[in-house]
Order: sequence, then C-alpha cells, then structure tokens
Amino acid sequence: MSYAKRILYVDLTTGKTEVKPLDMKLAKKYIGGIGLGMKLWLDHSKAGVDPLSSENPLIYMTGPLTGTMAPSAGNTYAVVSKSPLTNTIGESKAHGFFGSEVKRAGYDAIIFTGKSDKLVYVWIDDDSVQLLDAEHLRGKSPAETDETIREELGDFYIRVSAIGEAGEKLSRIACIINDEYRAIGRGGMGAVMGSKNLKAVAVRGTNDVNVGNMDEFKEFVRMVHERMKGPATRKYRTLGTPENVLVLNALAALATRNFTNATFEGAEKVSGEFLNEHYVKKIIGCATCGMRCDHIAVVPEGEYKGSTSRVEFECLWSCGPLCGVDRLDAIIEAIRLADYYGLDGISIGVVVAMAMDCYENGVITDKDTDGLKLNFGNHEALVEAIKRIGTRTGWFGETFAEGTKRAAEIIGGDAYKYANHIKGMELPGYDLRTLQTAALGFSVSFRGACHLRSGAYSPDVKGKVDRFKIEKGRGKLIMDGEDLYNVVDSLILCKFSRGVMYDGLKDMAKYYELATGIPMTAEELILAGERINNLARVINIREGGGTREEDQLPWKILNFPVPEECVGKGVYVKQREFDIGLSDYYEVRGWTDDGIPTPKKLKEVGLEDLIPIVDKKIKAMKKK
Amino acid sequence: MPTIHEKKFVSGDPAKCIGCRVCEYACSMKHENTFNPTKSRIRAVRLNSFVNLAVSCRLCEEPPCVAACPRDALRQSEETGIILVDEDKCNGCGWCVEACDYGAIQLHPETRKVFSCDLCDGEPSCVEWCPEEALDYTTKDIVSQKARIGAVKKLFRESLRG
Repeated sequence: MSYAKRILYVDLTTGKTEVKPLDMKLAKKYIGGIGLGMKLWLDHSKAGVDPLSSENPLIYMTGPLTGTMAPSAGNTYAVVSKSPLTNTIGESKAHGFFGSEVKRAGYDAIIFTGKSDKLVYVWIDDDSVQLLDAEHLRGKSPAETDETIREELGDFYIRVSAIGEAGEKLSRIACIINDEYRAIGRGGMGAVMGSKNLKAVAVRGTNDVNVGNMDEFKEFVRMVHERMKGPATRKYRTLGTPENVLVLNALAALATRNFTNATFEGAEKVSGEFLNEHYVKKIIGCATCGMRCDHIAVVPEGEYKGSTSRVEFECLWSCGPLCGVDRLDAIIEAIRLADYYGLDGISIGVVVAMAMDCYENGVITDKDTDGLKLNFGNHEALVEAIKRIGTRTGWFGETFAEGTKRAAEIIGGDAYKYANHIKGMELPGYDLRTLQTAALGFSVSFRGACHLRSGAYSPDVKGKVDRFKIEKGRGKLIMDGEDLYNVVDSLILCKFSRGVMYDGLKDMAKYYELATGIPMTAEELILAGERINNLARVINIREGGGTREEDQLPWKILNFPVPEECVGKGVYVKQREFDIGLSDYYEVRGWTDDGIPTPKKLKEVGLEDLIPIVDKKIKAMKKK
Repeated sequence: MPTIHEKKFVSGDPAKCIGCRVCEYACSMKHENTFNPTKSRIRAVRLNSFVNLAVSCRLCEEPPCVAACPRDALRQSEETGIILVDEDKCNGCGWCVEACDYGAIQLHPETRKVFSCDLCDGEPSCVEWCPEEALDYTTKDIVSQKARIGAVKKLFRESLRG
C-alpha cells in the first residue's frame, strides 16, 4: 500500500498540528496529486475566499506512486490552492527529490491553514512537526534557503520546498522551488505561501514506503526503465524541450515579440541545438528516474559568465523570442534570476514582453520605467526588469509583479491589448493564432492558459487537424486530452514520461494497482479524469467564474493577424469559429452552452454533492 | 583472501552518476523488500548539479571498521572481502561508523545494528538497476586499467586517428 493513509494539518495561526486518517474512498475516487488535492481544497475552504487571505488553505500533495521506485512518479508532489493570479483553483506539480521525503515522513497530504504572525518555516521530521523562525531567511532565494536550512538542521538529506523574495512580497506570479531547479511554477502558489508567512517546508522522512505487489511492481518498473531508454523519451534525453524552438519556428508557431510575430529571425541562435553545443554542461535527473532531462546550462564567457540555470523550452521561449532576445547567455541569466527570486519562469517572460510591447507602443514611457529602455531585444532591460519585478522595486516592479492581467488594469488604456493571458494566467510558448486547437484548449483550461492541462497543441503540431481554424470535433480532442492529463497529474507522473505508458491508461491503471494494492481499471481511471475536470470546473463556478465568459482568448490572438511572410501569414483566431469551438467543447463535456456542468453530468461522474452549486449558477444565468 | 583480480566491489563513476538515487531504492528493495533510502547500503550524494557520486563499501584491505570494533562484531569475509556483521555482538556503538572514511557503514534505522554493502552474492542490485550505467561491479585492478587506457588514449588521440 503506497498511500501513507494520513493527512497532516498545520494551523499556521496557532501553530497546532494534527494528523487525521485519509478517507480511502476519496483516495480511489480522486487518485492523489491534483485530483485529491482539489477535492480536499473544496472541502476545507469557503466560497469566494480571497486567495491571499489566511482562509485560503495551501495543500501539499503527494501521489499514490510517490515514495516508491516508480520512475518519474516516485519523486513528485503537487501544490493546490486558490490561485491569486486567476481566482480559479490553482495547482502545480514538481519533481526532483522533495515529494518522496513527504511520503516517507508518512503523509499523503499536508494542509496548511491560517497565517503565521512572523515568517516561519515548517520542519517535518517524520512525526515531529515544528514551526521555526525564518526571519534570517527573508530575501533569500529558494536555493539559498534550502542550503541554509539543511545546514542549520544538520542533515544533508533533508529536502526543502521554498519561496523566494517574490513569494514573500506576494507577487502573483511567484512560484515555489525545491531541489534547486524544480518549480511549483504556475498560478502564483508562491504568493499564497508568502501570504501565510510560510517561507519553506523542510522534510525528513525515514519510514518505509511499501507497495501492494512488490514482485510485479518491480517487473513493471523494470519495463518502464527499458522503455525510457527508447524513442518515447528521446527528445528529453537529447536536445531536451528546447528542440521545440526550431520545430515551432518552422510551423510559424514560435510566438515572438509578445505575440506580434509567429517566427523569430534569431531562432537558430536560441535553438536547442545551439544551446546544447555551447551551453549545456551536464544533463541530470530527478530521484528514481530512468531517463534524465535536466539540461544544466552554464555561460562560459562574456558579461553573464558563470550564470547557471536549468533550461527548458518554455522559459527559454518566454525570456527569449517572446522578448525578442536572441542571446542564450542573457536568457540563461534571466532564468537564473527567475529561480533566484522565485518567479514562474513562463509568466515572468510574458510579463516582461508585455511591458516591452507597452513601451514600444507608447503605453508606458521612460517615466514609468525610470529610464529603463524596454525595447524588444534589449537583453539588459530584460535582466533589469526581472530584478525589479522580483523585488517589487518602483512603480514598474510593483505593477508587473501583479501579472499581465492586473498590470493592464493598473495601466489602463490600450494596455489590455498587450496582456497575453487567459483567466489571468500568462500564455505558454505556443502561438495560438497558428495552433488553434491549442487556442481552444488553453481557453477552457481550469487553471488558465496552460499547455499541460490538455496538450491541445499536439494535434496541431502533428498535423492531425487544420491548425489555422477551429471547427466542430476539436472539443472531443481537448476533452480526451484533459481527462488523460488529469489522471497523469493525479498519479503525478512526469509528463515527459507519458510516452512510456505504451498502453496509456491501461498501463497507468496497472501501475496504480501494483503500487497501492487497490484494484483499478483503465475505465475507472478515465472516469476519474473526467470527474476531476468537472470538480475543477464546479470549484471555479463556486468561486464566481467557470463559465463561457471566462473561457476567452487574449486580444492579440483574436485581432492581430500574423504579419510577416511565413506559412502562417495573415492567420488569427476568428471569434465566430472560436465560439463554435467553445459550444462544441461544452456539448461533448455534457455542459450547458454557458459552460456549466449539468446536474446529470455531475451525477454521472459521481459528484452529486456538488449539484447545488451548479443549480444556483444555472438559475442565475437564466435570470441574466 | 581473494586476489586483486577476484576482489570485486561496487565502483561509481562520477562522470556518469547523476545522483538519481535509483541505486538506493534498488538496494532497499532487494534487501528489505521496501522502498527506503535510509535502509540502503549504497548512498547517492549530489553536491550540486555537476558533482554526483554514489558511495558504498570499498572493501578496504585491513578495514578500519573491523579494527575499530571493540566487541569483535565485525570481520572481513575471507572469500569476498565484504564486512560481515555479527548482529548478536553489535550494540550499535558506531565506532566503525566513525572509523570509515567513506560513510559506507551505517546504522540501520530499525535494527540499530550496523550494515554495509554485501555485494548481493555477486550480483549487485544497484549495478543492475543504475539507469546511467554509472555503477560497475569490478575490481580495483580493472578500474585502474581502464583509467590508464583512457589517459593514454587521450594523450595519443592524434596518432590514434592516424
């Protein structure tokens, strides 16, 4: 049984801690990770809670495979809370080493409630849980915090998950980082942690993690290891995700200069090929994993000499092409700084790109930027902008630390045209004008713009659909992707390893069953995936959103055709097609045309208890 | 005593090791039928991204752990060179732990007796599982040979291209 069967409650206001048993019916129904995490969040929060108030629970989750030898799943954790960036349910996952320590300490979940009156960190040493003063850690980066805590507690093998200055200062794009480079990146979970005056969670777990059937589990893991040496993980083991740079550029899908262009003239210079040849010094991996994907890049010379960071496509794109920056040394430094301050590496680049677009179009001026010349391509300005946002320095830092949506509201005027977000969450690295299944998929994602909620870019990139338009049938593609990814994120399998599940859900069900000893079928798993998506949607409705009104696209995607000569020239998402796409998606989901899950659908997926929430909303919409 | 051509141990290659700890999981699975790195006889050390190495018993000649035991609980196997622990005699005093320069003999969290690598009867589980092939079940003789050949190859790489 690889569940710990226990939940740890930490009340940061009183300092009281308590351990309660995990309801094993919930465990099977919601699996773990984001599924179980969102269910626990719903059950422990009040409707309409302010994400940055003490009433918003912050939940650390492990998965059913965490703590076992399962490659890519043995090392994971997820954080679930209401997002201060989107006001929707927020969730994010990270790998590395931290998660397994939580499970070995004996917990499936840690629920933080309340708010400490001074900056603290939580020290979980198996059954002993203490709040320790963290004033000396204020302003330190997550990595510095990690090192300091391990030194002062005196055990090298302690694992730490921490926020940086951005989280302490409640930046809505603040992340949480563990094991130097691994981030609970999206949705501002770091700000929630900061709002609780919680600097870090340090864990040492020494208990056994057992599985239901050791002999068969071992053979299954052996098979996964073998598959990990094969084609399914080739990309991640070789060039890594930066391979996408040239692929997307050729497809006119490499969003450039804040979604102005869809191709980047400097793509070669920031390609995965160039990165690996000139900057990647070592490729390492997470605990228990049979592949390795962490491309650690070091700048060998020049003004950013010595700068070191883990480079993936998304952050390379956001700090590179999206800001018009064609220098990998500056991009490596930008990513290092994002990690240093604890900023989401996707959001930060999109935020700076917005500032650059506003600057180029006269929406903000030298006066607003204190003289910072925020022209596209100015790498020095990129680096300085990240420092100011990470530390909330000046009007500029304060404004853009709020994320693109709020920055646009603060600036007013035309600024909204340059804010590339969905539901408040900054877009990841896919030009949605030329990848239109992705456009639809990202728009309906429950946590805002996200490539990892459905992988909806995949049919576009693989040429399975006409990617320059939206038509009926896309809804089903997106739904299937979402339900599958909900399962993946609840088992907390690394998405880089999704391809090694050759038999898809069947393999995942077997994985689950062998580890937990709880019978599971592929059908039950995909139903859980559907349940989780409906759960998230209903949570968003309870929090005041979660309807068609929120499932929207940024201005540029709908109004600014790709201008340059390329295969995507003149392409943009047409509102009419997009609306048809939304209706199609809601229909296959069994939701109303306003995007609200029907009572019938909720019954079907075992969420009867949530029917009052949608009933109320459907009535309110009718009145409107 | 085995000859230097026979005395095998688990050797870690820092150029290949990535600190993933698969060896620890494999070890605890094999010996304890559970997943728990604190019960592993080999331990991975990641100092930073670039410096990683898994460490287990070096099978020293005249092992200091054996010499340090005041209760004669430890002896070195004549046949393989591994450290054998008499659990009835060991009282967990830890002098052997202090004597070992490599941290390769540890106190077991449950039995409170010391334990170290037993080479899995000649088929080390960690070597079998290491995804990076960073672990080798080999002799010091062969380790030095390989290093020597590598050095010479490097020195004469121009001529080798011939």
